[in-house]
Amino acid sequence: MRAVNAILSAISAPVRSFLAATEIDTRLAGMIAALGVIWIGFNILSGGLFLSSRNLWNLSVQSSSIAIMATGMVLIIVSRNIDLSVGSLLGFLGYTMAMVQAMWIPTALGLGFNQPYTWIVAIAIGVTLGALIGGLQGFVIAYGGVPAFIVTLGGFLIWRGLIFWYAQGQTIAPMDSTYQLIGGGPAGSLGAELSWLVGILASLGIAYTVIMGGRRRKAYGFPVRPRWAVITVIAAGSIAALGAVWIANNYFWPPALATQYAQAHGITEPPGGLQISTGIAFPVLILIGVTLAMNYLATRRKFGRYVYSIGGNPDAAELGGINVRRTIVGTYAVMGILVAISGAVQTARLNAAVTNLGVQNELDVIAAAVIGGTSFSGGIGTITGAVLGAVVMQSLRSGMVLLRVDSPTQDIVVGIVLVAAVGLDAFARRRSSR
Amino acid sequence: MVTDDRTALVEMRNVRVAFGGVHAVEDVSINLFPGEVVGLVGGNGAGKSTLMRVLSGARPADDGEIWIDGKRATINNPRQAKAYGIETIYQTLALADNIDAAGNVFLGRELTDRTGTLDDDAMEAATRAVMKRLNPNFKNFKVPVKSLSGGQRQSVAIARPVHFNARILIMDEPTAALGPAETAQVRDLIRQLKSEGIGIFLISHDIHDVFDLSDRISVMYHGKRVGTVNRDEVTADEVLGMIIMGQAAEETAEANAAAN
Repeated sequence: MRAVNAILSAISAPVRSFLAATEIDTRLAGMIAALGVIWIGFNILSGGLFLSSRNLWNLSVQSSSIAIMATGMVLIIVSRNIDLSVGSLLGFLGYTMAMVQAMWIPTALGLGFNQPYTWIVAIAIGVTLGALIGGLQGFVIAYGGVPAFIVTLGGFLIWRGLIFWYAQGQTIAPMDSTYQLIGGGPAGSLGAELSWLVGILASLGIAYTVIMGGRRRKAYGFPVRPRWAVITVIAAGSIAALGAVWIANNYFWPPALATQYAQAHGITEPPGGLQISTGIAFPVLILIGVTLAMNYLATRRKFGRYVYSIGGNPDAAELGGINVRRTIVGTYAVMGILVAISGAVQTARLNAAVTNLGVQNELDVIAAAVIGGTSFSGGIGTITGAVLGAVVMQSLRSGMVLLRVDSPTQDIVVGIVLVAAVGLDAFARRRSSR
Repeated sequence: MVTDDRTALVEMRNVRVAFGGVHAVEDVSINLFPGEVVGLVGGNGAGKSTLMRVLSGARPADDGEIWIDGKRATINNPRQAKAYGIETIYQTLALADNIDAAGNVFLGRELTDRTGTLDDDAMEAATRAVMKRLNPNFKNFKVPVKSLSGGQRQSVAIARPVHFNARILIMDEPTAALGPAETAQVRDLIRQLKSEGIGIFLISHDIHDVFDLSDRISVMYHGKRVGTVNRDEVTADEVLGMIIMGQAAEETAEANAAAN
């Protein structure tokens, strides 16, 4: 054991000083490294299929629904609670939004299908209801004194049960034509030019944040990152952003759809077919927005600071004058909003609401947060980590599908990875605390 | 009851706290003047911490009154207590281990800009300024306080009342977890704050600490105040006797216990 530790220290010393200079979170760097190993491993095993534009584009869309919810689960687990109801709540909210656009607005109110406002009304109702239901669960937990595990286990049963009251188990379809775009697909994507714009804005955003942050710290006379570290961070961020856009733009519309498009717009197809770049899919764009907003909420707002302080030491938070109960209600309301957004993505992608919508999502969301470094002992976890956790999980599943691994075996592997990730994390923390 | 011409900074009158059927604090009155240190001593379960939790807003009293600057005060939670300039250094330090020094100093009173965004740089600057005074060796501003030494953690807890210009400071066993050098630092700090006109309630098991630092000493026993004595008029043994026996050593000492 001592020899292993000595070797680890020898390797990690230069890595650590690099991370310290660039101020990159060690745990996050570890996750990105692990993700790199998984991707390269699957790419070799699948004979180059895994790292194709097509597969990576699909991976990004498949990860986004769970990742959106995982950002909210981080705040709940950080404040020493849990939410087991998200899968059922997603089903219930997804159904509600489907009912609004397929039944209530067109038939019950007699306003007809595919109105320009239909999609936004459906989402507004879903998000509001999500915040209310989440807030209600949080209220019972914080003010009623019922443990979170019990309240959300109750929610798990209640919200799923309500779906059957709605529709007696019927599938609700089709969705509004604008609403469908939220689910992604060739039409529900940005296309080449707008995707490049997003990539360039992201690069500029990274550069601005890093440089302005450094200037403010310098003005206060605080220690700042060395110049090479600033450049490295900006360059790495920009390459990642633009690289992702390049990959998304290299995934082209399916030939049949491109032919349709060419005919509809009177374009003569070049030999080999018309190549239309898909670009960033809308669910991924939503995930990027959610990640930025949740990061801001978690690290730059009082609310987030309170959530972390409650997780670190509930008594200290209370004695500091923080309204602990109201903060807990807030975390569940935020979770409800994110569940509604994910519900919209999933129903739009399916173009239907089905009764098993969101089944087992709670487990995937919790697993993503935990693989992403969120600790059940409270106070520790990052939004970005949870998103990466969701990508790691989806990468494993997607890679195994490519290798034709059957579904039960996939579950076994993901289960082992979940336990191993937490075990490794605990091991690393014991080492660093000595 | 102590009488004095000056207005007391704090006066707690007939405070009562009960946990279920147990009277943790029973009809206790106590006062504190500006620039004065009042030591609060007594055995385990004597009620001294509970009495101070009432003043700091952590546990509202079941009965009794609190007067501050001669005016009736309402203190039902820590926020209200802080509004009166009452700051507390708890025995447990009350730090969120996962948050850095500045985050802990400003916990519950964060600085924000116009948009409500946390101004972490301003908070760090203020914390650095306070630390320069309290503990010039303190360098680890960007790490969670979990990874700090006991003395450094204590510095963070002490930086809170110092930054927020406490008028009334409650210190619950401030030196219990410290080494000799750090204890000396805390003692110096108490003298300095006292000279700035801050009133301090000092809870301690260590009778020598209390004797060194206090102007008056209040002894509690089973939830009741046994007596308040002027430090100069009693010996440590007499106070120890009061703590153990639960009886005032000399009634005259208590009668003369006006604050000077």
